[in-house]
Amino acid sequence: MGVNYRSDSDSAEAVVKEIGDAGGRALAVQADIGDPEAPDAIFKALEEEFGPVLVLVNNAGVRADGLSPQIDDEDWAKVIDTNLSAAFRLTRRALRPMIRNRYGRVVNIASIVGAERANPGQANYAASKAGLVAMTKTVAAEVARRGVTVNAVAPGLIETDMTEGIGDGLLQHVPARRAGTPEEVAACVRFLASGEAGYVTGVCLTVDGGLTA
Amino acid sequence: MAATATREEIEQRVFQALEEFGAEPDQIGPDAEFEALDVDSLDLVELAQIVEDDYAVQLKGEDMEGITTVRQAVDLVMSKLG
Repeated sequence: MGVNYRSDSDSAEAVVKEIGDAGGRALAVQADIGDPEAPDAIFKALEEEFGPVLVLVNNAGVRADGLSPQIDDEDWAKVIDTNLSAAFRLTRRALRPMIRNRYGRVVNIASIVGAERANPGQANYAASKAGLVAMTKTVAAEVARRGVTVNAVAPGLIETDMTEGIGDGLLQHVPARRAGTPEEVAACVRFLASGEAGYVTGVCLTVDGGLTA
Repeated sequence: MAATATREEIEQRVFQALEEFGAEPDQIGPDAEFEALDVDSLDLVELAQIVEDDYAVQLKGEDMEGITTVRQAVDLVMSKLG
């Protein structure tokens, strides 16, 4: 398994170690996915180590919040580039071996913000995530007949560094009355990435404690 | 490799790929039309990918436009090699 990171090598190595301790093999690969050359470099490094990469999880995401009149071009572009364009470039590169191998799993980490729900102050983020869901569905339809599935997971309010401080007012609207955990999101990703999910493609699996129900 | 590939080699590689895609072997030939072979757009994308990997040529979507027969596809690859 490859673990891509941009700057936090300690965390990436910790994940690699955890995978190793669990009996798996993993490699941390440094690359800024905002760089259009990054996908090829990442995949080549992994192919050299492990052979064809047949599962891709696009989980890199950034925020640059502000009400729309205050989102400048740079903040708009940064969020769209990382959350949407980079995911597309990685998916495009990943599809090559997947199509050839008649097997593949792509899981895109979307959000309930965007396709499901408005969240004032996140026009760029919402657009990127809604775009990611649209891309997911379209690519899924294109490659389904090669045994390649493409799905998204749309977390709601989850306890992470990225959501710190933004969920306080939201919690009362969550039917489950609590934030989700990263593990609960990971379980959905694990299912969609598994061989068992072979007939599930083009869907966006919402993990939000009922918030958008 | 790219520099030494002959037309026959490329043609054979294309034939082999088409068979992989499920085309009837006895219908595959230089003048066969992809549509008649039941080769679809995704098959052509994969064919382009195979050719790129095996012969180190770059084929873009626009290169493949208007390519309807096996011979045209082989011609395209040969022109990229030249």
